[in-house]
Amino acid sequence: MDHGEKRLMDKNQETLFVRLIPFFERYGILLLILIMIAVLHLLQPDVFLSWRNVTNIFKQVSWQSMLALGVFMVIVTAGIDLSVGSIIMLSLMGLAIASKAGMPWYVVMLVAPAIGFLCGMFNGIGITLLRMPHPFIMTLGTLYIFRGIGNLISGGVPITGFAEQIRVIGNGKIKLDVFFGEGAREYIPTSLILMIVIFFIFWIFLNHTRIGKWIYAIGGNPGAARAAGINVDRILIIVYTLCGFLAGIGGLILAGRTNSAYPNAGLQSELDAIAAVIIGGASFFGGRGTVLGVFAGVMIMGILRNGLNLMNVSVFWQQVLIGSIIILAVYIDVLRRQLATRT
Amino acid sequence: MSDQLVLEAKSVSKFFGTITALQNVDLHLNKGEVLGVVGDNGAGKSTLMKVLSGLYKPSEGSLFFDKEKVTLNSPRDSQNLGLEMVYQDLALAGNLPIGDNIFLGREPTRKVGPFNFLDHKKRKQLTEEHLAKLKINVKSADQKVEELSGGQRQAVAIARATAFNAKIVLMDEPTAALAVKEVGKVLDLILNLKKLGVSVIVISHRMDDIFTVCDRVMALFQGTNFAESELKNTSRDEVIGWIMGKKD
Repeated sequence: MDHGEKRLMDKNQETLFVRLIPFFERYGILLLILIMIAVLHLLQPDVFLSWRNVTNIFKQVSWQSMLALGVFMVIVTAGIDLSVGSIIMLSLMGLAIASKAGMPWYVVMLVAPAIGFLCGMFNGIGITLLRMPHPFIMTLGTLYIFRGIGNLISGGVPITGFAEQIRVIGNGKIKLDVFFGEGAREYIPTSLILMIVIFFIFWIFLNHTRIGKWIYAIGGNPGAARAAGINVDRILIIVYTLCGFLAGIGGLILAGRTNSAYPNAGLQSELDAIAAVIIGGASFFGGRGTVLGVFAGVMIMGILRNGLNLMNVSVFWQQVLIGSIIILAVYIDVLRRQLATRT
Repeated sequence: MSDQLVLEAKSVSKFFGTITALQNVDLHLNKGEVLGVVGDNGAGKSTLMKVLSGLYKPSEGSLFFDKEKVTLNSPRDSQNLGLEMVYQDLALAGNLPIGDNIFLGREPTRKVGPFNFLDHKKRKQLTEEHLAKLKINVKSADQKVEELSGGQRQAVAIARATAFNAKIVLMDEPTAALAVKEVGKVLDLILNLKKLGVSVIVISHRMDDIFTVCDRVMALFQGTNFAESELKNTSRDEVIGWIMGKKD
């Protein structure tokens, strides 16, 4: 087959639609967010874009976004982590017990990320050293194990009341008196700042460090990574450990936000995290996706839930809608790929 | 002749459980020489290459680089000794650009404070220089490998193997998956490497490849040395006979 000739022929046949594909590939998801915001603003002009509601959305997504970011890295390696919802619960319970034991707040604050770190490392070591056929199985096992341990150490009952320093992380407000005058009600949630900082750090990590590049390479072709002398097992352990660590940070944010540790914390949130990652354009087969896409995916889920709540749409319809959006988002991606391979 | 010896394997055996993939195989390679390795499927060619590159550890036998005995624990070890392997399945990550593939595992970095960050600019520049040196034409060093043709991918794989001044390059069926038109380019690339003083081992089924680029050819049969000859002292028919286990 003559390649040059074929490409020339296709060039002439390129429609406007095909030429717009790269644009949509890069900005399509941001466009979708803008459309959602515009529609919700029209439907709920007084409420949706109010300072209170917008900060509320950010506070809600802040802990979920930590799970999504961790799961994203795992999915880039063509893996999966089903245990993050249980890690968030276990780290939350560990934090609560440390708090009840009267430990100083700066120790309590470290407990949740540390537990998450260890849980993630346990996953990573299990997947690589035990030679599990797929990370699905290891993390399905730890989904039960971690939540079980969380209930064992807490006795299965909620624990409430944390130090002010912990609460600030999930519920803190950075006042904007400087801009809005003394005593203004406008503020920026601390959890939003934390979320942006962490996303930025991980953006640097994935795009500007060697290990970040290797994570993408492993997702693209693990054999190529191995042949390049990359210790694939070591990188996978790092990825699962970081994923657990981020879930632990999510636990810390959730502790601050709810001021309590409860047995159902993070239940099914691993599925929300996976959904956000997929909506954000990452490939389930690994090697594809961006940190910005994850952020967009998390925002789409958050805005959608918030908007539907504002309009009093039942939770059941929300489930149907979110499921449909996942399928639609991936189907659009399939179509786009088909068109792209034709050019 | 023998002081030009760059690589030698002495009575190498490799067992996988009860299966014997290689039995007392010898191989030597001189500087600037192109050695063809032929044999039927399962004759042990690919296993031998993987032993030489350090991907497999030999069950028995020893390897010598520049006449010094070495133990290879990973492909990284053989890379450090100047040996690079171009794999049959190409071992490229399709989702990454050409430059990232060429420098995978050895990315140029720059220090910012205590941290090492990827030096994207330097990688791009080195990639373009290296592609130009090997006369490989692609649209851009930032093009993703999955967008390339089979021949271009093979060229990238060879570029990857030679980016760090390799002394020895192993190629497993470099032309097997290529369109006829692209085969010539890859063979030219091999002769180009020879001119640069690189020693090459080529595994191939195609007699055209062997008789275009090789100086010497050796045949494996059922995991053992079967025959070997300078190219000028043999013929296509004889080499084809060796592959099928026939000797006069």
